[in-house]
Amino acid sequence: MAFKHAVIEKNSILLLVLTLLVVSVGGLVEIAPLFYLESTIEKVKGMRPYSPLELVGRNIYIREGCYNCHSQMVRPLRDEQERYGHYSLAAESMYDHPFQWGSKRTGPDLARVGGRYSDDWHVAHMNDPRSVVPESIMPGYPFLAETTLDVRFIADHLRANRGVGVPYSDEMIEAAEADLLAQVTPDTDAADALLERYPGAKVANFDGNPELTELDAMIAYLQMLGTLVDFETYEPEANYR
Amino acid sequence: MNSASEVKATSPLTYGLGLILAAGGLMGLFLVANARDGAIALHGYLFVAFCTLGVFWMIKRHYDGADPIAREEGGVLYNDGVVRAGCIASLFWGIVGFLAGLVIALQLAYPALNLDLPWTNFGRLRPVHTSAVIFAFGGNVLLATSFHVVQRTCKARLAGDWAPWFVFWGYQLFIVMAASGYVLGVTQSKEYAEPEWYVDLWLTIVWVVYLLVFLGTLMKRREPHIYVANWFYLAFIVTIAMLHIVNNLALPVSLTGAKSYQLFAGVQDALTQWWYGHNAVGFFLTAGFLGIMYYFVPKQANRPVYSYRLSIVHFWSLIFLYIWAGPHHLHYTALPDWAQTLGMTFSIMLWMPSWGGMINGLMTLSGAWDKLRTDPVLRMLAVSVAFYGMSTFEGPVMSIKAVNSLSHYTDWTVGHVHSGALGWVGFVSFGAIYYLVPKLWHRTRLYSVNLVSLHFWVATIGIVLYITAMWVSGILQGLMWRAYDSLGFLEFSFVETVEAMHPFYVIRALGGALYLLGALIMVYNCWRTIRGDLKEEKVAGLPAAAPQPAAAAQ
Repeated sequence: MAFKHAVIEKNSILLLVLTLLVVSVGGLVEIAPLFYLESTIEKVKGMRPYSPLELVGRNIYIREGCYNCHSQMVRPLRDEQERYGHYSLAAESMYDHPFQWGSKRTGPDLARVGGRYSDDWHVAHMNDPRSVVPESIMPGYPFLAETTLDVRFIADHLRANRGVGVPYSDEMIEAAEADLLAQVTPDTDAADALLERYPGAKVANFDGNPELTELDAMIAYLQMLGTLVDFETYEPEANYR
Repeated sequence: MNSASEVKATSPLTYGLGLILAAGGLMGLFLVANARDGAIALHGYLFVAFCTLGVFWMIKRHYDGADPIAREEGGVLYNDGVVRAGCIASLFWGIVGFLAGLVIALQLAYPALNLDLPWTNFGRLRPVHTSAVIFAFGGNVLLATSFHVVQRTCKARLAGDWAPWFVFWGYQLFIVMAASGYVLGVTQSKEYAEPEWYVDLWLTIVWVVYLLVFLGTLMKRREPHIYVANWFYLAFIVTIAMLHIVNNLALPVSLTGAKSYQLFAGVQDALTQWWYGHNAVGFFLTAGFLGIMYYFVPKQANRPVYSYRLSIVHFWSLIFLYIWAGPHHLHYTALPDWAQTLGMTFSIMLWMPSWGGMINGLMTLSGAWDKLRTDPVLRMLAVSVAFYGMSTFEGPVMSIKAVNSLSHYTDWTVGHVHSGALGWVGFVSFGAIYYLVPKLWHRTRLYSVNLVSLHFWVATIGIVLYITAMWVSGILQGLMWRAYDSLGFLEFSFVETVEAMHPFYVIRALGGALYLLGALIMVYNCWRTIRGDLKEEKVAGLPAAAPQPAAAAQ
């Protein structure tokens, strides 16, 4: 045989280049098509970018490492659909930079937790999980209710999201701070303007405290999870290809 | 050629580095002055300190005499100083990482230990544990061993004068910035890639210098062939660079703030993450540590590698197949089915090269099996390869979709990871450190061989407790989630399945505590060895060794 492996063993650059080629193949074949195959993400109604308060809440969710114990991905298995609701669609995380599917369920899946519990329940649960679920092993997060929300740079956050492909309009970016404050003041003109921009957003004084805290943002995020796509009108067959 | 004067020479490159460090220090000051959040201000200070110390070190080095550690061996003046530093850092970060693991294991059993504080909750501490064991402990072991192995197998001093030290200290800075960031809530939330954009950029710089040092040493080798261990180290370094860069593509909100948003979203981001995540296992924790196996097992057994041909097949098939396996982390998710099936297929195929490597490692003991009775270091190395075989069999099984539907999201995954991490990565690292410490500090042997044996048994019992507890809890919880009663309703609420985990979480924490205890025994043994002490002891299977004067080694 003409080929001798010794040729590669005697040339460090050749070894480097061949290694790089060999390890590139798998990723190219598996990942690259996801960006151009139309079937990757279903066509659904109802998906919209996060409202500013939801986005801030999501960032707190990430900061506290909630993804270490909670998935946001309901699999199409009988027991999961009965426990958590309709299986998750790719479209439902299309604006998630980064994704929060998780890998471990030390606690339950949260993909469809929105609307399952009252705001008051979430307040009690975040302050002291064992006050509402005695067997829970979740850490308490009483500091969220005591920390004032930092709203200074919210427009920059929306802008960065637009930079990576989330369709925030100029209007949304301009109104970012106003929208953030409006989501905790129900029945105001500002809240109506917010709902116009972010249909289906929940407007409430989430933590029951006049001050805007991190807990407001966290609950606003939890209460919208899995609520955007209207499954009454969703037809999976329409996405078959 | 490799004379002391060459080591001492101050090249224009060195002046360049001094200027870069000074510029880096100014950049750190700029960060401090304009910081949008406390974390990036702290990291600015750290960066200033790093650059200032670096400049001082370079000036001091210019006036210092010859390297006091260096000893000529076969006409080559090896750079052993940086390998010594890597060993000590490995021991230090090992203890930190194992301790962090024990703390979070106890938090799962006793949630009051979260203390209701931001800096101590499980969600922030878990990345501290994973990064400390993988990147701090494992990374330093890889730095130390790769620098040692590449020098000895190439019969050449490490390339670069300051560059190896820059890699070492730059890497420690990366670890400190990453870990302090997690505690302060700075994270990208991508598992095993949690550090934010500026820490990622710093690691990229360090890593490129690492690649250059390694490649430069290969290029000035005095051996015609590149030894097989170096193929694995090179594949590890270059593939980790590729994975790290692609998976961390992100847009910062501001250049003076920690927060960034990932470039990819949803399903694309998920697959990119697990392409990275699985190959962090495949290339950081496997290819790199196989490099260790291919050097230290033959050295400790004093036998040649079992099969040259198998090494070649092992290397190319392993690095080709591993990259495809990522989608098995996303079975039954919104990832397109074709990608899941592809990931599963390649994961099962991966079993073959993995076992090829295991066979190559274990069969290297041919003709030296009797040493397992008398040499606990070799025993540790051999058992590590056995654990490698076990977890690379379990992995393909768990990648089968039907099995995965039960195992995914449960503790079974955690148990699987730990049989690989504690058994394979941990034990092969301990074996390598036990080999290196007496050699680097010029001692005749370790302080105590019996303490190595004790370490081996304590740690092995710890691993067995850990993985059996996680098998039972994982399979139990998976079955409870899908259990139906006779009327067709789900039998258990979620929290009932959490409650059922408690005894296993206690057993797991006990296993982790034993593993930590074993590591503390190792630190004590290494410390005494470095001090130059020799314990008079009777080693099982050997006649009592006469005490040798420690001073002889000095």
